[in-house]
Amino acid sequence: MSTAVPTYPPRRSALLFCALGFALLLLAGLSACIGSTPLSLEVVLKALVGAPDIDPVLQQIVIDFRLPRILTSILAGAALATAGLMMQTIFRNPLADPFVLGVNSGASLGVAIVLLALAPTGLSLTAGLGLSGQIFLILASTGGAAATLFTVLVLSRKVDIMSVLIIGLMISYTVGALVSILMYFSMAERLQSFLSWSFGDYGNVSWAQMRAFAPAIIAALAISLLFVKPLDALLLGERYAESVGTRTQRARITILLAASVLAGTVTGFCGPIGFLGIAAPHLSRYLFHTSCHRVLIPASILVGALLSLSSDFIARGPGLDVSLPLNAITALIGAPVIIAALIKQRNLKRLFG
Amino acid sequence: MTPALQTKHLTATNLSIGYSVKGQNTCVAEKLELALNAGEFVCLLGPNGAGKSTLIRTLAGMQAPLSGALKLQDQSFHSIEPRERARMISVVLTEALPLGMMDAYSLVALGRHPYSGWLGGLNHSDKARIAWAFAAVGAQGLEARQIGELSDGERQKISIARALAQEAKVMLLDEPTAFLDLPRRVELMSILRTLAHREQMGLLLSTHDLDLALRFADRLWIITAEGQLIQGYPEQLAMSGTFARVFANENLDWDAERGAFRTHPHPCLKAHINGEGLYAIWTRRALERLGFGIAESDEKSALRIQVFDTHDGTEWSVASNGNQTTHTSIGQLIDWIRDEDWSVRSER
Repeated sequence: MSTAVPTYPPRRSALLFCALGFALLLLAGLSACIGSTPLSLEVVLKALVGAPDIDPVLQQIVIDFRLPRILTSILAGAALATAGLMMQTIFRNPLADPFVLGVNSGASLGVAIVLLALAPTGLSLTAGLGLSGQIFLILASTGGAAATLFTVLVLSRKVDIMSVLIIGLMISYTVGALVSILMYFSMAERLQSFLSWSFGDYGNVSWAQMRAFAPAIIAALAISLLFVKPLDALLLGERYAESVGTRTQRARITILLAASVLAGTVTGFCGPIGFLGIAAPHLSRYLFHTSCHRVLIPASILVGALLSLSSDFIARGPGLDVSLPLNAITALIGAPVIIAALIKQRNLKRLFG
Repeated sequence: MTPALQTKHLTATNLSIGYSVKGQNTCVAEKLELALNAGEFVCLLGPNGAGKSTLIRTLAGMQAPLSGALKLQDQSFHSIEPRERARMISVVLTEALPLGMMDAYSLVALGRHPYSGWLGGLNHSDKARIAWAFAAVGAQGLEARQIGELSDGERQKISIARALAQEAKVMLLDEPTAFLDLPRRVELMSILRTLAHREQMGLLLSTHDLDLALRFADRLWIITAEGQLIQGYPEQLAMSGTFARVFANENLDWDAERGAFRTHPHPCLKAHINGEGLYAIWTRRALERLGFGIAESDEKSALRIQVFDTHDGTEWSVASNGNQTTHTSIGQLIDWIRDEDWSVRSER
């Protein structure tokens, strides 16, 4: 009896990547067509290429409203999924993600501080900020995210896998309390804008904001791709990682900074969006049957973008007049994925390192 | 000896190991002079808490020594780049492997990190070395299996294959046999000894398994509870009574003849066994286990056992206090001895 040794890496990855890319394209097309003003695909394409016979109003809908929103969804989903994946590996914890570990709350605190500091000038949350203001917003939310992340990192070295999650939760509450106190001293119209921000919304990012939003996320994603090997090595734990030549200290700090930029930027512009950061990496592992980051990072980017785009698509309620809170939709999609993954593995530790 | 034996892969001079907590040094062992030679399989023994893991971690560069110098192939340990060092020294630790969504091949492939580019892609020679590592530990066919589905023994082999993939001349293993059953332990030790000899590697393995260390190691390093390190050939240390000094206590005796420890619950009853061959040997062991001392003559023996062959097999004829019984299996004999009330007789 001879068993054929399978080839490595398994060949199915390429096909899956194509399928995911195609699905993303399809969904993006659908999102562009469907909305409060339904458009045909032909109109959308004409608007995109700037055909001379296009109605300028329709062109404005496509170019200035739908396209930035679709791009924001894709970038935010990719960013949150990659940040979640990296945090899961660094903390060796399957349930780590920006939302669970309180990184979103940290970013919110940064945003709240910016909001309070900028309040006398009469600027609203994101609209009306100049490029420097937006960079300031990114810095503030990234700073808040990084502060939380490194606090969790320091504390996590003293406790076990479950306690890290509880610590994250407690940090979330603490920071949330600080945010409420800040909000208490804030003006009423700020409260309204902060509240709608906290539901999560991809509609806040116009082309003006995109100038800061997209480069920040793309740069952080590129950095995370540079750390494919250290991330793989860190799956074995710090000591093993060092024994195969990884500079673990440097790798861990850079990776967490990249994760802070990803989570912080998305939170700053779109609000705290939960569950994508856990659900997308888990779905990717499940689909690709691997924990190699060379496959998982691109996979999480695609799966995250897909989940994010579909959540936004559902949140805008095709055929309805209302727009639902994005956070509710991501929770409805993400939570079952996590529960299913846990039940399938029966044990938190078995799920992942 | 062959010139290869003089090649020192790893040397330590005047090495002190221990912990430094808040500026307070806790020394575990000091003034160690060590050399791990090419083609040598060394077992590190010592009582719990004597510092075996500390020594392994220090030699692997994962923990700074309190003082002293460490050299890898004549280069000062800490002057070597991490990536370069990973090509010279590999480790197998007690840490748990990730269990989720990782197949054995990907795990072993991590051992090629010191050689591969930034994406970790494997070229032909990487793949050849990985295949060689699987074969070296006898783990062919496990490549596609998930780590979580492997048995403890298979997982340990994969772990060693991962270290082998690093192509380093030194391998340090921290208690790799701890959770394995005896046949798996013997298998692993024999694989490791073969590797050391065939590949001219310097292998250091810490273990609690004195018996296997005596049988397989080329040399032994023993850390005592007082922080001394005794080096020597297994037979030399067995003969000199080193084991007795380091490990024995009031409940344990070193049996120099058998090369093993045995308990001595201060037997007050003696048994004399008459007979030869395997059955007599194991009868003797059964009685020792039941707490009897073995008497050389049948005087003063509470129990006199004659082991003899009959035409249907072996029989045990037992005389004690004037009673004579016969048993047809060792199980029957043991049950009979356990059911007797010996405490009454010992008082007499």
